[in-house]
Amino acid sequence: MHFKARVGEKLADVKLQSALKKLQGNFVKGRADRITELDNFHEIRDAAAAIRDRTLANLDVYLDTFERNAKARGTVVHWAETHDDVNRIVREIAAQHGVRKVIKSKSMVTEECALNDALIDAGLEVVETDLGEYILQLAQEPPSHIVAPVVHKTRDEVSDLFAEKHNAPRLTDIPALCREAREKLRPHFLSADMGVSGANFVIAETGSTLIVTNEGNGRLVTTLPKVHVAITGIEKVVATLEDVTTLLRLLPRHGTGQSITNYISVTTGARREGDSDGPEHFHVILVDAGRTKLLGGDMQEMLRCIRCGACMNHCPVYQSVGGHAYGWVYPGPMGSVLTPTYVGLQNAGDLPNAATLCGQCHVACPVKIPLPELLRKLREQQFELKLKPWFEMYALRAWGWLAQHSWLYSMTTRLQARLLKSAADDRGMIRSLPFAGGWTDRRDLPAPEGRTFRELYRAASKNG
Amino acid sequence: MSARANILARIRTRQGKAVTPRAAEQDKVAQFIAEHPQSPRPYVDADLVARFRDRALNLTTSVEDIASLQDLPAAVARYLTEKQLPKTAVCWPDYAMLDWAGQGLQVEGRPACDTDLVGITGAFCALAETGTLMMCSGRDTPATTSLLPETHIAVVSKSRIVAGMEDAWVLLRRDIGTMPRAVNFISGPSRTADIEQTVTLGAHGPYRVHVLLIP
Repeated sequence: MHFKARVGEKLADVKLQSALKKLQGNFVKGRADRITELDNFHEIRDAAAAIRDRTLANLDVYLDTFERNAKARGTVVHWAETHDDVNRIVREIAAQHGVRKVIKSKSMVTEECALNDALIDAGLEVVETDLGEYILQLAQEPPSHIVAPVVHKTRDEVSDLFAEKHNAPRLTDIPALCREAREKLRPHFLSADMGVSGANFVIAETGSTLIVTNEGNGRLVTTLPKVHVAITGIEKVVATLEDVTTLLRLLPRHGTGQSITNYISVTTGARREGDSDGPEHFHVILVDAGRTKLLGGDMQEMLRCIRCGACMNHCPVYQSVGGHAYGWVYPGPMGSVLTPTYVGLQNAGDLPNAATLCGQCHVACPVKIPLPELLRKLREQQFELKLKPWFEMYALRAWGWLAQHSWLYSMTTRLQARLLKSAADDRGMIRSLPFAGGWTDRRDLPAPEGRTFRELYRAASKNG
Repeated sequence: MSARANILARIRTRQGKAVTPRAAEQDKVAQFIAEHPQSPRPYVDADLVARFRDRALNLTTSVEDIASLQDLPAAVARYLTEKQLPKTAVCWPDYAMLDWAGQGLQVEGRPACDTDLVGITGAFCALAETGTLMMCSGRDTPATTSLLPETHIAVVSKSRIVAGMEDAWVLLRRDIGTMPRAVNFISGPSRTADIEQTVTLGAHGPYRVHVLLIP
């Protein structure tokens, strides 16, 4: 995982840059507009954070309650400690029901598990049905955003891809491309034996799973095949239908700038006696795979996350480099916190530093996760575990020592301010700095005016 | 130890609790669920029908008033003619006995299949806050009718328009008592914005949703 190495490449990618611009307009402005519909937005947001904290504080009891109520409705509940366990369980369910074709609606947990590859290796046909995920499956690429997975691709690229993979005339109109995908995918919906979905929430009170979708593929996946498997993280449990209602006021507004998604589907158990449709078998897989590592410590607040994507939409770093630069399933600020926890800080490289700590992610988060604070804690851990480059470690130690010796600090900064001033050109700008080219390679650095803040403050106090 | 036991034990250990939950913890959770209190809700105009209509139109759902259920076939015929859509449809069994043939329509009361182009349904209730239809699956309320056809026509009684989702749960607990296999909230025609964030109607579900309001 080399965030820094990927950044240069992404910044130079003209197509990517044009694709990313649209995201800011639609999702950022959309959220700002939609939250004004809620006259008591801040009260609702406080309640949403409290709702997430409520189940996290007694997570085991809520999970147990969910399981009991789900089983009472004929749902088979599985528990997976690792990503490999998820893949094994889905393969076993497929074998048990003689499944040959699997259709999927969007699920980030299954991206974590690389479930598609595991099922294909087991000889199953797997078809992604969310338009974005379908495009990515054809292109054999990972998603670059948790809500808009194909945000990095332009319409032209999709036109080329469909023409090649569908062996059909090249269409350029977006509605025509959408219809082409609809017509290609409908036969798969009708012939699949198993539908795999995620779950935005699971509800302890009723033993239900809930998904929000716009395309309707989620409804088809959970209605038509004879087996439905919903896979989700253990942190997604909420207490009651009332609690999930509050979260549903915020998730679409923050995710896509919609007051509500087109479909909210709550599924409880398998087809009942007399029901005219629905799957005959319903399985739920509750996944740990690193989540419990976040519990009980400074990082627990991260588990409030409802995967809306607002933090990445509002992040100046994400806006500049897109999701693939982050190297794993979850990009943006939430990814920079989750990835080090799930895959290990030593494997996450620069991610805790892939933020300017401007605070926009915290402001935009519907469940008030203090993301900048969590990133700062991860940076501290990196330092404590000696995962920083040696020169950074020494520089930080030297600075720490200097800052503790007031007279020396004062002298050094005074010297520095004067030196930098003398390095300025006649516009007051520094064109290059030895050993600190990062500040001057792409632009000129404005030179300090010559005196330190403390000097100016002392002078101002005297004149008083 | 099973995966379940391991995960539950890990949760409790991480949170500094004894491995087995105390009765007090379980009672607290059970009591909260039994009470299922509501959180703060946004303001919704007192005129629920006007609010529903306004929000539904915003979602590109079309809305029309009719005097009674008996007028449904004529209203459907008008709509299909106006939109130049086929005159054949499937409907929920409850509406099968209406005089469809009298309006030149061929309507069958059965779940929809792939080739059906128009689906006619009722709704369990509707939400004024967002202009949303709530559908509960069951013997006589197949989910496919509002999903597979390209056109979805729904009949909604104005008396079943409630302010928000919380009120819908109150109705569900009172009228049905238990969660149906599927509860689907529908807010306009299916759509996608996956390609260049350009909103396009008719992704995998209906291209158009038409609501007929009866008193």
